[in-house]
Amino acid sequence: MQTRPVGRHAVLVEVASPQDAVALAAWARPRGLAGEVVSGAETVLFDGVGDAQALAHALGTWTPEATPPGPEVELPVVYDGPDLETVAAHWACDPDEVPARHAATAFVSAFCGFSPGFAYLSGLTGSVPRLATPRTRVPAGSVALAGPWCGVYPVASPGGWQVVGTTDATLWDARRVEPALLAPGTRVRFVAR
Amino acid sequence: MTLQVVATGPSVLVQDLGRLGWAHLGVPRSGALDLPAAGLANRLVGNPAEAACLEVLLGGLALSAERGVWVAVTGAACEVVVDGRQREFGSAVRVAAGETLRLGRPASGLRTYVAVAGGITVEPVLGSRSTDTLGQVGPPPVRVGDVLPVGESARAPVAVDTPRPPSAGPLRLLAGPRADRVVGDAVDLLCRTSYTVSPDSDRIGLRLVGEPLPLSTTAELPSEGVVLGAVQVPPDGRPVVFLADHPTTGGYPVVAVVDERDLWQCAQLRPGEAVGFTRAARG
Repeated sequence: MQTRPVGRHAVLVEVASPQDAVALAAWARPRGLAGEVVSGAETVLFDGVGDAQALAHALGTWTPEATPPGPEVELPVVYDGPDLETVAAHWACDPDEVPARHAATAFVSAFCGFSPGFAYLSGLTGSVPRLATPRTRVPAGSVALAGPWCGVYPVASPGGWQVVGTTDATLWDARRVEPALLAPGTRVRFVAR
Repeated sequence: MTLQVVATGPSVLVQDLGRLGWAHLGVPRSGALDLPAAGLANRLVGNPAEAACLEVLLGGLALSAERGVWVAVTGAACEVVVDGRQREFGSAVRVAAGETLRLGRPASGLRTYVAVAGGITVEPVLGSRSTDTLGQVGPPPVRVGDVLPVGESARAPVAVDTPRPPSAGPLRLLAGPRADRVVGDAVDLLCRTSYTVSPDSDRIGLRLVGEPLPLSTTAELPSEGVVLGAVQVPPDGRPVVFLADHPTTGGYPVVAVVDERDLWQCAQLRPGEAVGFTRAARG
């Protein structure tokens, strides 16, 4: 575990995998070690660190096994996306097989970014490139892939991910106790409709 | 008690200290860009630090008061006029029932702050009344015709307040997590380069124009969490200083971090103005 300084009040901790980043962040957040604990793809950012020594000590006691698995969410999805054929080409399979392969994947929300409630879901084995030209508007609920990640657009926005389907689940609602449906650590399964 | 919005300039936003503790869900912190100015305005009218005020870009705001109320105008200095009478900038000013407060256009700086005794009490979202311009969390931007709710004022206004706004100077730089992506010493190079403010700067970031920083690789990093004040360098080598509405994660390297005590200056720098950096003292 390597740490990198980030200004005066923050530390970036490098870990081995998205799974470890999620696990460390979930373990550290309730311990009050920092104001913000933000997982990334292979890092955890501790921002607003009050006591750097206490943080360093706590990090020394953590192991990936110390974190229980997160909650599980099932997302109903209609596989009607415009990019099914492109994804099939990159996965070297028939377009009809993409939904089954996607729905069979055990995803875990690794981190959020891009917009509130937009989760980067890890678990895919294949990788797909972004669109060469991003779309100016991707509808809310679009289920899409880019690189090793799957994501669901919480609101309509511009986007360059390959869209494979649509869900009517509410990904983001600031009035909910848990505003983000797919907060980091959440295990996600897509169910074909 | 309410304030009716009679006129706005290019942008008027409700802002407070920001929305902390939600970065892991992709929610920017938001909050007033010039925190010392917003804090001074709140203190002058007897508000607590967390009261919401108005962040006014390049003046032009006019507000009509339903009842008599104390206000204070700080930040980028501008004319303060109440029903045609010139009033003092940077102190508590009484606006009587039915009177209209008008702000002129600042001669320098960008953002003027208007605090109202009792604070602007729009509905908080995730613990803050700030408008986040990146993720659209919080109240929508203030528009002509809006009726802004104002809370009960707790304390009397303050005639004299210290400290006054800090003085401007080069932005102090601390170590960033990806300084090793720069060919050479990132802080030294930033300090030696002449930058000006790009016109596409906003509440998300202060974009800098100048000699590109030499990067050892332009490959994106796996996305990682980003702090307020981060100096991020995209593949074109032109640094961006992340301000309050910055994205919470990103894939471009953060090569240095601006001391948070200097970020208020980024709120007030106009496009084309010079930006200088200096290495922060340790500690």
